[in-house]
Amino acid sequence: MKVSPVTTQRIAVGFMWMLTGITLAVLVFILAFILVHGLPHVTWTFLTQSPSSMGREGGIFPMILGTFLVAGLAVLLAAPIGVATAVYLSEYTREGRLTLVIRFGADCLSGVPSIIFGLFGFVFFAITLGMGLSVLSGSLTLALMVLPTIIRTSEEAIRAVPTSYREVSLGLGGTRWQTVFYVVLRSALPGISTGIVLSLGRSISETAAVMLTAGSALRLPRSLFDSSRTLALHFYLLSREGISMPNAYATASVLIIAILALNLLAYSLMRRFAVKATR
Amino acid sequence: MKRDKVIGAILLVVALSAISGLALITVFIFREGVPIILRVGPRQFFLSTDWDPSLGHFGILSMMVGSLFVTVGAAVIGVVFSLSLAIVLTQFAPPVLAAALKPVIELLAGIPSVVYGFVGVVTLVPLIRHWLGGPGLSVLAASIVLGVMILPTITSIAIDALEAVPRTYLEGSIALGATRWQTVTMVLLRAARSGLVAAVILGMGRAIGETMAVIMVAGNALDVPRSLLAPVRTLTSNIALEMGYASGDHRQALFATGVTLFVIITILNTAALAVSRQRSGKRHAR
Repeated sequence: MKVSPVTTQRIAVGFMWMLTGITLAVLVFILAFILVHGLPHVTWTFLTQSPSSMGREGGIFPMILGTFLVAGLAVLLAAPIGVATAVYLSEYTREGRLTLVIRFGADCLSGVPSIIFGLFGFVFFAITLGMGLSVLSGSLTLALMVLPTIIRTSEEAIRAVPTSYREVSLGLGGTRWQTVFYVVLRSALPGISTGIVLSLGRSISETAAVMLTAGSALRLPRSLFDSSRTLALHFYLLSREGISMPNAYATASVLIIAILALNLLAYSLMRRFAVKATR
Repeated sequence: MKRDKVIGAILLVVALSAISGLALITVFIFREGVPIILRVGPRQFFLSTDWDPSLGHFGILSMMVGSLFVTVGAAVIGVVFSLSLAIVLTQFAPPVLAAALKPVIELLAGIPSVVYGFVGVVTLVPLIRHWLGGPGLSVLAASIVLGVMILPTITSIAIDALEAVPRTYLEGSIALGATRWQTVTMVLLRAARSGLVAAVILGMGRAIGETMAVIMVAGNALDVPRSLLAPVRTLTSNIALEMGYASGDHRQALFATGVTLFVIITILNTAALAVSRQRSGKRHAR
């Protein structure tokens, strides 16, 4: 029997819509599953207290602070380097062998798995440079990990700035640097910030690299050279070692809410960018 | 003018930091890992399934096979779902819906891998154990969880590849009387082929490099898996599981595991880069 092309189309497209639906259902299920089980346990005391007996009791305040320090510092280190690289690639040089090498480096770096970053951070920052398992080792490692993302998103944002803007600035007698700083970077700011916000999200989510470089100490980090456990690692250890399921769900909920908030922020920044670009 | 030159020079130095980082990583991982491979003998290290650090036996074959199984499984699942998503979003969904769904897929990429692993272990693993038998912690569980995790990567690159196909190709096909589905299979997918291949390769790179989620759902047994339902240990989980207490030769052997992973990933990424460059080359020629 020959099936008519129209019937084939109906079946194929229906099937693909079904797969699309399943994907969305999985996403909703994952988020709902964690939040439904976890949110009831997220209380003010849970957020502001230190854990006791390995996290079975008490809260997650040191991990919130640890995550904030490790991820925040990582992005703080990576953002200027990434944006500067993007400025160099798009404004200060012509395409050539040098840009090819720089791009190749960033491309390869973005493909390196996080566990390799962890191994490297462990042997380089923690041991060779003597920083130990610490906030600083962790954030330096993460900074290297998110650098390619920041470079790529910043470069895209900078390239999207219309050439006429630059021409006007140069025509008014602005130097190249003034043009880049006051005109190009300003117009590209929403796009650049989107990349930075998403990198912050990725730093917060990261577990493997942080485990090998920042360690898993439960106490409050007092300096950048103290070991500190991040939320993601705390969640992993709680659930994997079966220490406390309610606390594991609650920690995951805090993590998910942070990620949702960052993604929402990135999305609204991007929309502002899109609106500007169409104007 | 002089100040501009100075700024340019400073920017150049900063811009070299990504490639310097990559070089540092390569040097340090290899310096820690390669000596032990040579000491044990590459044959023994890569072709033996005997991993027993306390006896000084370092053979990673079963983990290499484990990584391969899990990655291929994830790619199969990831590709079917991602391609459908990409085709639906670019060809069949109303633009408003497509625009709303893209950030949702990005959100899927933002969820921490430990969360995927955890949800896998408390929902998917018991289902597999109950309905299909075995311990539940298995190649299958790891493939499904990884398949979902690499979905956003493949989807977003595939969408770019599909959107890069000139509209005229599609219009030509429709004008010749083909249905939209025929246009998709006969024109769109063929024209976007190299981009789609690159997307799949990059997705596989993601899957083979993923660590925490795999540890949680794969069971981590040291044997070569004999079925989809058998537990499995991958290269990445071997490193993460044992790094905490390893020292001496054992630690070096874990770095050597890392070297192996690094080489595999580099080959995959280079392949993806070559495929997508081929595509852009073709476009210039036109």
